[in-house]
Amino acid sequence: MTQATTMTPVALRATGMVKSYGGTRALRGVDFAVHRGAVNVLIGENGAGKSTLMRILAGVEQPDQGTLLLDGTPVTFRSVRDAARQGIGIVFQELNLCPNLSVVENIFLGRSVARGIWIDRATERTRAAEALRRLKTDIGLDTLVADLRIGQQQIVEIARALAEDASILILDEPTSALSESEVATLFEIIGELRRNGVGIVYISHRLEELMRIGDHITVMRDGMVVGSAPVAAVSVPWIIEQMLGEEGALPPQAARVAVGAPVLEIEGATVRRRDGAALVSSLTLTARAGEIVAIYGLLGAGRTELLEYVCGARTGEGVVRLNGARIDGLAIAERVARRLLLVPEDRQRDGLFPNLGVGGNLSLSCLSDLAPRGLVSARAEAGAVDGMIERLGIKALSGETPIGALSGGNQQKVVIGRCLMRGPAAILLDEPSRGVDVGARAEIFEAMRALSAGGIAILFTTSDLMEALTVADRIVVMAMGRVTADLPVSDADQALLVRAANGTRVEHDASASAAHSFH
Amino acid sequence: MATAPTSSASPGRSPILVGLIRLRALIALLVVFLFFVVLAPHFLSIGSLLIMAKHIAIIAVLGIGMTYVILTGGIDLSVGSIAGLAGMVAGALILNGLTLTSFGLVIYPSVPLVVLIAVLLGGAIGLANGTLVTRFGVAPFIATLGMLYVARGAALLLSGGATFPNLIGSPELGNEGFALLGASRPLGVPAPVLLMIVLALIAAFVATRTPFGRYVYAVGGNARAALLSGVRVSRVTTIVYVISGMCAALVGVLVASDLVSAHPASGQAFELSAIAAVVLGGASLAGGRGTIGGTIIGACVIGTLSDGMVMMGVSEFWQMVIKGTVIVAAVILDQLQGRISGASDRG
Repeated sequence: MTQATTMTPVALRATGMVKSYGGTRALRGVDFAVHRGAVNVLIGENGAGKSTLMRILAGVEQPDQGTLLLDGTPVTFRSVRDAARQGIGIVFQELNLCPNLSVVENIFLGRSVARGIWIDRATERTRAAEALRRLKTDIGLDTLVADLRIGQQQIVEIARALAEDASILILDEPTSALSESEVATLFEIIGELRRNGVGIVYISHRLEELMRIGDHITVMRDGMVVGSAPVAAVSVPWIIEQMLGEEGALPPQAARVAVGAPVLEIEGATVRRRDGAALVSSLTLTARAGEIVAIYGLLGAGRTELLEYVCGARTGEGVVRLNGARIDGLAIAERVARRLLLVPEDRQRDGLFPNLGVGGNLSLSCLSDLAPRGLVSARAEAGAVDGMIERLGIKALSGETPIGALSGGNQQKVVIGRCLMRGPAAILLDEPSRGVDVGARAEIFEAMRALSAGGIAILFTTSDLMEALTVADRIVVMAMGRVTADLPVSDADQALLVRAANGTRVEHDASASAAHSFH
Repeated sequence: MATAPTSSASPGRSPILVGLIRLRALIALLVVFLFFVVLAPHFLSIGSLLIMAKHIAIIAVLGIGMTYVILTGGIDLSVGSIAGLAGMVAGALILNGLTLTSFGLVIYPSVPLVVLIAVLLGGAIGLANGTLVTRFGVAPFIATLGMLYVARGAALLLSGGATFPNLIGSPELGNEGFALLGASRPLGVPAPVLLMIVLALIAAFVATRTPFGRYVYAVGGNARAALLSGVRVSRVTTIVYVISGMCAALVGVLVASDLVSAHPASGQAFELSAIAAVVLGGASLAGGRGTIGGTIIGACVIGTLSDGMVMMGVSEFWQMVIKGTVIVAAVILDQLQGRISGASDRG
């Protein structure tokens, strides 16, 4: 797919882009060119600045410095609408559709074709039908978006951009929520658009995908462009090297703790989406006492779904054992009572009680322990709460402090503290460092180490390779719902892990024996 | 009554203002009370105060159950109908006894047993409400609205719409003394008021000192987080509706006992007074915030307001306008407090 694209003209050129949020510099002088009739791939680790750059190109945000040239003319985009009028369409990673409205209504949401005060339905329908025909899809115009599969919803988003004659289409991690067949459909659409001269910006973490459909590749790291080349001229190892940079070459942590017996055993776990597509497919994994296992993978690899299945928040097939006893089929509360706890990914939504103080948030899972005769002893509770505040270094004056007064990192410590107060046998942490500042991140990882030294099995997910390498004893890589690598951190090679995260299965002697030892 | 102190500072706001807003229910009560002392003739007479206390007790007992429901983020619209049905069941049991057709036998249960049956019936209806909400995912508003109609219909069916009069029982049947519940005055205090005090103390204690009470707040604060933390959210939610149903049935029995007759339309619109008391007491309809103590004060405000206006001769139509205004004003103040302090209240 890379033939004859070496010298396609540049449609949109960004030069010297600088953008800061408070004290952090998200972009530090970035140059980026979108070629017409080509797939312009953008890649980089989380926090490299990809999304910020795209938000600027699409008019969501304005740069602090830098110029945008559209077909050679300087332009500014005051809003997404403004950018859309000038031919820039964007499909965000999180889809922005109203599930209760029809396909047509969604395509013209916020920019209805009007005749006087009335919506010109006929014109809207014609234009929507035209856009959908370009995408070679048979989605009905009047179908409710709620009734569409994720992949189809994404097509509606693309149609929305096309209905306004977008000459540049930005796709932010479009495949993260798609099944394999949906990805194939999307690629066909992208190929078609490309032939029609649309300049496509494609952000993804999946290297093999990029190699398949990309024409130009730009690698970002720490708010800068560190490499840019035609895809035909680069290789996967080159991309990985550019992404990780010098600091990526840190030696992996040596195994620290002698691990004990298996605590948490997952066998043949399968979790399905409502339409039947497998998010996790027959996955087998063991976490031993005193062991920290990192589940590394890209967005949409099925990590969150796996943890939710293990803790009982999601139904699925398979066998889960905790200290040898089967717990699949038990309610969440019963698994918590057996001391298996989850620190959810989205703290605000799934972890915190805004109406309870720090103390109430901490003690909730262990109230039955604090109330031996049915009554919670206020003194025992305050003692236990204060102890945990001190142990995790939570920056709160007392248990009475409102939870909303704490920083993200300290709120995360409170959620972790709640699990600890239950006296866990195994803890599942879903992206424990998400939305946490650097200092608190280090403290959280220290706390995890201290816990594992106490004989608790810890399973945590991460999208950050360095995090996996520095914190874990063992790294399990997940891709498309499957384990593609399972190795002790001492044997982990970064390039290998990145490749595994992209779906290449990595066999490893030691890991193979560890993974199959209980069969 | 068990109002947990919250020590959060509110920067830039006068602490006096914050204090006044926090104590608004109590202040409102004082203002309303003094207003009627000055303007309503005979407001402070023993007779009218005793009647008012009974009215307050009825709203408060309903409000106690309602507080638990609202704390979980739910609502119980069926309490008035449950009260009506429970009163009718009690009346039917006193008057006609329990007919066991298979034995051709009629049993007249004693008064304590009658009360127990009525309250258990209320609990069973609450269980149905809770099951609809947790098992079938029906929104609390709808589930209990449906139950409002069903229970009222059942109350009317029980007598074909007629009243059960003269519920005095008879010595030979061993079911005398039903009237004592509503009308007696141990230690000079009306029995319903004593009952309210005992129930309020227990309810406040349960809310603040037991794991269950904390779970109620947790479910109202963030149900999904509660689930993931190991709280049996469905069970907790079901139980609060059972509590509310039992409180409502108790009120139905009290009203029937006080009047020595059971009327199938009794208890109509009680749910609105109960919700108003809870909201006036500082609870949030979104769940997670509110106190039993606040609800009792709220019930006092509503009760005083109603009776005082009657004594002043305010027309029934104006009474409704004023009550509605007070409730909305209370909620506005509540929003104000939320914006000023953003503190966590519980207990």
